[in-house]
Amino acid sequence: MSDAILSALGALFEGVRFLFSNGGPNVIMIAVACVMFWLAIAKGVEPLLLLPIGFGCLLVNLPLSEVMQADGVLKTLYDFGIGNELFPLLIFVGIGSMTDFSPLLANPRLLLFGAAGQLGIFITLLLALALGFSKEEAVSVAAIGACDGPTVIYVSNMFAGMDRIPTAMVGALAVAAYSYMALVPVIQPPIMRLLTTRKEREVKMPSPKGKISKAALIAFPIVVTVITGIVAPKGLPLMGMIMLGNFMKVTGVVPRLASAAENEIANISTLFLGLAIGGTMAGPQFLTRETLMVFGLGLVAITIDTVGGILLGKLWYLLSGGKVNPLVGAAGISAYPMAARLVQNEGQRWNKHNYLLMHAMAANTGGQIGSVMAAAIMLSLLKGLGII
Amino acid sequence: MNDTTVFGLTMLVVGMGGTLATLFLITIVIRLLCAFFPVRPDDKEEKK
Repeated sequence: MSDAILSALGALFEGVRFLFSNGGPNVIMIAVACVMFWLAIAKGVEPLLLLPIGFGCLLVNLPLSEVMQADGVLKTLYDFGIGNELFPLLIFVGIGSMTDFSPLLANPRLLLFGAAGQLGIFITLLLALALGFSKEEAVSVAAIGACDGPTVIYVSNMFAGMDRIPTAMVGALAVAAYSYMALVPVIQPPIMRLLTTRKEREVKMPSPKGKISKAALIAFPIVVTVITGIVAPKGLPLMGMIMLGNFMKVTGVVPRLASAAENEIANISTLFLGLAIGGTMAGPQFLTRETLMVFGLGLVAITIDTVGGILLGKLWYLLSGGKVNPLVGAAGISAYPMAARLVQNEGQRWNKHNYLLMHAMAANTGGQIGSVMAAAIMLSLLKGLGII
Repeated sequence: MNDTTVFGLTMLVVGMGGTLATLFLITIVIRLLCAFFPVRPDDKEEKK
């Protein structure tokens, strides 16, 4: 009898025994989860993502947790929506229905900033290869330069599904991507000031002229989907889902679907995606030298994105005889609408009569299209090179 | 050059060039769309 009671009590304290014997990495990751909670709750840093990711991280790192084992709740969520890339794509439907492309259609040349803002992806790819990452790992790390969490998860998880990168790396990449997206207001302004002169920052740009017809707004998502399908079919699910969301919004005939995409679908997918990604952050697998390098390279990627956009802006400033404010180039990344607001604020800081918002919104939506297009082209190139 | 360097440079040149070229193509398509579908009076009324 007493033996049975002692055995039962021993089972209750097995978790504590595990923590003291070899639970060091788990304790560190529980602390990381607490930092994510603090950032989300006290600092308002991407709470929609960091809160569920942090909780998933907490759940998987508690001693003897079974949430990521076969039939565990987080493993089930992972297999249901991350392993097959479903959740990032559903989030893209929501993003598409939240995005207004009319500033871009009013000023289409600003779409080129969306291309320059992807420079970080490709330079980071080179750096990651130089640091010894495998081709698939390097592409996944470089995708952080897309400034777009779902794209990073989509690309990296594709490789994780083929056992080309460790599953834990998907979690590290996702957290790095979302963290740096939240840190765009900290990262970008110093680069803007460093690379531009006061005279350039003070340039006033006139408001875009001309309204956009509803027919053009409706045709736009279809045309972009078709072009992506022809040029980079491997990335068609990414672009197709964004454009589907936008198509539902601009047609105006399915307000319930558009609203569901923007709210219920995006919210539920975000919650499940966050929890499942947090579930990949088990201490022993997550705490590696590669994870630290992923965070370092992610910062490099977003910095070079900003540099690329501003340099194109400076070139444009020269070619246009000083009519284009180079700051607008910094909005050519996918962090929407944060990057556009930053450009507006920075422009007004140097010239109170400067209203760059509509131009920056055009560049920013261009950045959204550009980031997805860059990822799509990368995947198609990998297929062409026989890597996937 | 080793295989990894060739891979990286190929991705840089073709990837960045492809992204730029595709987005340039889309800017042309946008201009065509706006030319084919100009704002009509009922569009303006709808906005009001």
